Amino acid sequence: MATFFGEVVVAPSRAGLDEEEEAREETPEDREIRREIEKKRYRRRRLELREREIQVLWTCAEQPLVCSRFVVAIGRNAAAFLSSFILDSVCWEVVGAVKLWNEWCRTSSTTNVLPTDSFCLFYRLISDPTVLLCQCSCYVAEDQQFQWLEKVFGSMQKKDLQVTILSTCPVADYKTQESTLTLVSPFLKALKTKEFQEQVCCPLLEQPNIVRDLPAA
Amino acid sequence: GSAAPDFQGFTLLMPAVSVGNVGQLAIDLVISTLDMAKVGYFYTDCLVPMVGNNPYATAEENSVELSINAEVYSLPSKKLVVLQIRSPFIKNKYRPFCETLLSWVKSSKCARVVLLSSSHAYQRDDEQLLGTPLRYLLTPDLEKAVGGRMKELNWKEMEKVAAYPGINNTDKVLHIPGGGITKLLFTESCSEGIQMAVLLKFCSEGDNIPDAFVLVNYLNEWLQLIKSEVSTVSSKWKIPSSWRLLFGNGLPPALF
Repeated sequence: MATFFGEVVVAPSRAGLDEEEEAREETPEDREIRREIEKKRYRRRRLELREREIQVLWTCAEQPLVCSRFVVAIGRNAAAFLSSFILDSVCWEVVGAVKLWNEWCRTSSTTNVLPTDSFCLFYRLISDPTVLLCQCSCYVAEDQQFQWLEKVFGSMQKKDLQVTILSTCPVADYKTQESTLTLVSPFLKALKTKEFQEQVCCPLLEQPNIVRDLPAA
Repeated sequence: GSAAPDFQGFTLLMPAVSVGNVGQLAIDLVISTLDMAKVGYFYTDCLVPMVGNNPYATAEENSVELSINAEVYSLPSKKLVVLQIRSPFIKNKYRPFCETLLSWVKSSKCARVVLLSSSHAYQRDDEQLLGTPLRYLLTPDLEKAVGGRMKELNWKEMEKVAAYPGINNTDKVLHIPGGGITKLLFTESCSEGIQMAVLLKFCSEGDNIPDAFVLVNYLNEWLQLIKSEVSTVSSKWKIPSSWRLLFGNGLPPALF
């Protein structure tokens, strides 16, 4: 969709429905053909689902992991932030990885990664093993986000759990009255649940801005 | 938290994610104007995740409540419960969503469902190009109850189209291009005995705010959610703060 000024923006929320799947009046022959096609589609879909399944692999023996603080860095920038300022091999140990595949990337279960790889690793603070970090530099596709959520949080024993999510968005996506050209960037914005009572270190994200994908999930 | 609210006998108003997002925009106007309270949400893997701050905020104090992709609002004084959907369906997930939704409708004992939707304007036939772009559909159970009212209002029922145009013009089917889950929800409701009305507008993608106003006024002719004086009705709907900046940010001064 083009805006008044010619910039192309993603037109959100079109009717995302495969209308070829609408049922029409059909003969017995049509029904037979449809059944065979559906069987094939079903087999293809099962294969597809298996390929798109996420695996969460933990290297530590204690399951489920007890967690009181969980910091999740989503995207390359946020993952690099953790690598540069927080993680080191003295205080932190790798305790898990997510193995997944989608059209954009494939991660593996190896923990020896380069910054340019796609990976999703979990670390634990050695001095306080209830503090967990996750560096997720790979893209988790829309149909995998809920799975990621359920499988990762499902393997934790939550103890007054506080979750912090770090991610980045392009400044060009930020909706504001002024032009983003004159905006001083980078800048921080936050969203918080009402249960989070502590002081937030930056202003809250104003409407009409939203967050999507894995950070939103 | 507290006990689940009771929706017995309520009207459930909801949008289909459809061309121009007209149903969803119209629902935004209803929630914003009637100042409806949020009472719950759908925790679902069928919609693309999104989150933001309160889209109906009117002041600093009420602007910091989180809002997600499928939320439920209610106004007991009008026996109205509203579901707002804010993101598209994930591939292959629209059927499970429809099944879950209809089973929730039955378990919550809503009296009837009103679905706001839209359909591609470019797919209209010669007759549909003339006259009103608004249409309605009623399931057989609701037809018995309110069919007469639709006739009084002089509303037009959505026409069926030929199943095999050009070959055979006698077999007619319901066809709602661009309507998202509208047809599926409607046909399922017909077969499950759910009282459902569909109100839709023919439109195209673009600035769909005027379409939303037309659709919500159409709804109001029937449900009388707000008082309607003929000439000033459009100004009575309150535009939510989240509609700001729908078409991009301000201009960079350096452009000139």
